Amino acid sequence: MTDLSLGGRTRVDRDRLLRLLQDYGVHLGVAVLLLVNIAITPHFLSAENFRTQAVQVAPVLIVALGMALAIGSEGVDLSVGSVMALSTSLLSLYLGYGMWIALLVAVLGGAAVGVANGALIAFIGVQPIVATLALMVAGRGLAQVLLPQLKDVHDPTMASLGSGDLLGVPYLVLIAVALALLVAFVVRRTTFGRQLLAIGDSRPAARLAGLPVRRVLILVYVCSGALAAVAGVLATARLTASDPTSLGNLMELSAITAVVVGGTPLSGGRVRVGGTVAGAVLIQLLTATLIKHDVSPSWTQIAQAVVIILAVYAARERGKR
Amino acid sequence: MGAAVLSVSGLSKTFPGVRALDGVDFTARAGEVHALIGENGAGKSTLIKVLTGVYRPDPAAEPGTGVITYDGSQVEFATPLAAQHAGISTIYQEVNLVPLMSVARNLFLGREPRGRLGLIDFRRMHREAEQALGGLGVRVDVRRPLRELGVGAQQMVALARAVAVDARVVIMDEPTSSLEPREVATLFGVIRMLRARGIAVLYVSHRLDELYEVCDTVTVLRDGRSVHSGPIAALDRLRLVSLMLGRDVGDVREEGLTKFSGSHDTEAQPILEAQDLTVRHQLRGVSLAIRPGEVVGLGGLLGSGRSETAKAIAGALPPDSGRVVVAGVPVRTGSTPAAIRAGVSLLPEDRKAEGIVPGLSVRENIALAALPGLSRFGLVDEARIDRVVDTFMKRLRIKASGPHQKVGELSGGNQQKVLLARWLAMNPKVLLLDEPTRGIDVGAKAEVQKLIDELADDGLGVLLISSDVEELIEGSDRVVVLKDGAVVEELTGDAVTEDRLMRAIAAAPAAQATTAAPGGDDD
Repeated sequence: MTDLSLGGRTRVDRDRLLRLLQDYGVHLGVAVLLLVNIAITPHFLSAENFRTQAVQVAPVLIVALGMALAIGSEGVDLSVGSVMALSTSLLSLYLGYGMWIALLVAVLGGAAVGVANGALIAFIGVQPIVATLALMVAGRGLAQVLLPQLKDVHDPTMASLGSGDLLGVPYLVLIAVALALLVAFVVRRTTFGRQLLAIGDSRPAARLAGLPVRRVLILVYVCSGALAAVAGVLATARLTASDPTSLGNLMELSAITAVVVGGTPLSGGRVRVGGTVAGAVLIQLLTATLIKHDVSPSWTQIAQAVVIILAVYAARERGKR
Repeated sequence: MGAAVLSVSGLSKTFPGVRALDGVDFTARAGEVHALIGENGAGKSTLIKVLTGVYRPDPAAEPGTGVITYDGSQVEFATPLAAQHAGISTIYQEVNLVPLMSVARNLFLGREPRGRLGLIDFRRMHREAEQALGGLGVRVDVRRPLRELGVGAQQMVALARAVAVDARVVIMDEPTSSLEPREVATLFGVIRMLRARGIAVLYVSHRLDELYEVCDTVTVLRDGRSVHSGPIAALDRLRLVSLMLGRDVGDVREEGLTKFSGSHDTEAQPILEAQDLTVRHQLRGVSLAIRPGEVVGLGGLLGSGRSETAKAIAGALPPDSGRVVVAGVPVRTGSTPAAIRAGVSLLPEDRKAEGIVPGLSVRENIALAALPGLSRFGLVDEARIDRVVDTFMKRLRIKASGPHQKVGELSGGNQQKVLLARWLAMNPKVLLLDEPTRGIDVGAKAEVQKLIDELADDGLGVLLISSDVEELIEGSDRVVVLKDGAVVEELTGDAVTEDRLMRAIAAAPAAQATTAAPGGDDD
């Protein structure tokens, strides 16, 4: 770095380097962690290990996809953890009608929370952080009213969804990948995606350009709620139990971390789906590495904090430009 | 006339790329109400900010210039607080108080009377607050939160606060912009009281009637220079307007300085009619009509309601009453999408904040409004967008490294062309252009002017707002002149001249010359 710090010519190089780091730093981080682990962690390259890591990261990743949309619209969705809890409660309650009906009800429940979030934000003008905080508290409460305590889920289809695989790839991972591709497609190719970015970048301009600002905002939070509900269903399937008290606790923070580390600016106007995936994977690998080497959980959290600060620092440099 | 309290000579202030103040001379005397006027970008707010310690002036080029003299000695305020402590109080356009705190707490914010143990002595504070407000003729419960008061009463609290801190200079930045006539009368009473107490009042406003009613002296700023300073009584309205706009009355100018051609055919039925648009404190029954192929200019000083008229027509400002009719069909007011569907598009005045989406590419910005039409089942048709973007980038000669360059990186003129392209892609019937050439370089300005002309020739109705008198006169087939939110005159045919425009702006109010305030006859 020292040779880059002097002169006007090198200034340009430094800017470009910084921008590259902002855009691809997270991928670089994942690569470095992989190499380090291959070198120092025994049995890291085993299929079993990869499987475990991927299955663990899948729910976080799915929630983070919705969070990326909310943050891209210059908002945030704090209710995602509670939506997971709500969806596991609904799933348990309706499992008697058959798994597919229960699944549908759970996802609709998540979407309904999204409608409430979106309506508060778009029509009443409540700040996203406050509106979704309200739904975060209410959603967890409702989940516990519906299902007061932990309940085992005995359903063969659910069990196979949680632990089965296709050609060695767990269903959970397949679903997460499919949803990531879907969200990437929506952001890039649909009018909704384009309008979402415009609204996140400059709301006054979007409004004067006649965009359906309210409709788009509501749809954003519906997507986020529905994705969180799917994550709740998958987590339930993996644990073969519904626990509305603890499922999804602090999930909103993990999701925001993945999005921010992935390079999506909190100021809106940009959604990086690939970065979000890499961000979730990065945090997962970091945690796993430290645990494997018997580093205490407190240090794991501190390491996560360092990664977040690095990501925010990079974003700050971008904001100054 | 009293002694000089606050004066500057040869004051300059430069921002990167802009010289906001260029050798301004200005003197405020004790017991005088001094009007500070000028059009957009003249440097009024910069001057106020330098005087109150928000900005530092440029270092002096030669000794004795570029300094602020306050109370006989040279000063340099490091912070707004320092200026306040020295006795310079400012009341901004937007009341800067704490809405949730009580009236009394607001009055004494930061200098609360303390009792034993250093706790606030509420009883004393409330008593003194009542006295202070009573002295200004305001009777309110000082224990209630400030936000429960009307805007006028809040302004009075701000004023009482300014006076209570033993101010020697009180600066008021458009204090009447949101006041009712009765409140304006109270305010003027207070101003006269301040004058009698030997306080220097610096009064910024665009309302000529008010200036003549309450001010003693006037300083006119234009392009960062002080172009005139003297007693206001010695200056008639027309002369004042011509000083502000920088145009001489009766001065015959050669035509063809702008890129506008002659007039357009204006015989057809109106494509757009605005009827009696009224917005509280902003518009009072504005009506105008635009025919296809016609450029209608909207004249008037800053704050006369030009931008508000355009926004009300475009659905961006919901009117309290009034109608907008496009091609014979009434349009739902207060809805931008409805206006756009009807074929009315607005190029906003604040291009950077309300026009472009800076982080998106040229391509996305052009396609933004037309997106639903360029998609099938919600999926964007990239090939069609490419065709549209390519067409308009060529037609408007948008200079960018390519369609994927971010709009935020383009020059002002090219940003403006991108916005024009965004609307032209919608095939509008009427374009409302609010300051289309402000802040763009000369070459691009000529191109945009030429483009406006072409669009009118193609049969579009155009509403043109411009602070550039020359541009307005040469570009428009008709000019509707606004003053204090109402239409005062319409210039047509041979009457579309700078002379007539300035006379219309300067004209004294028709009937009552008492507390001439906007909103005077709301009904």
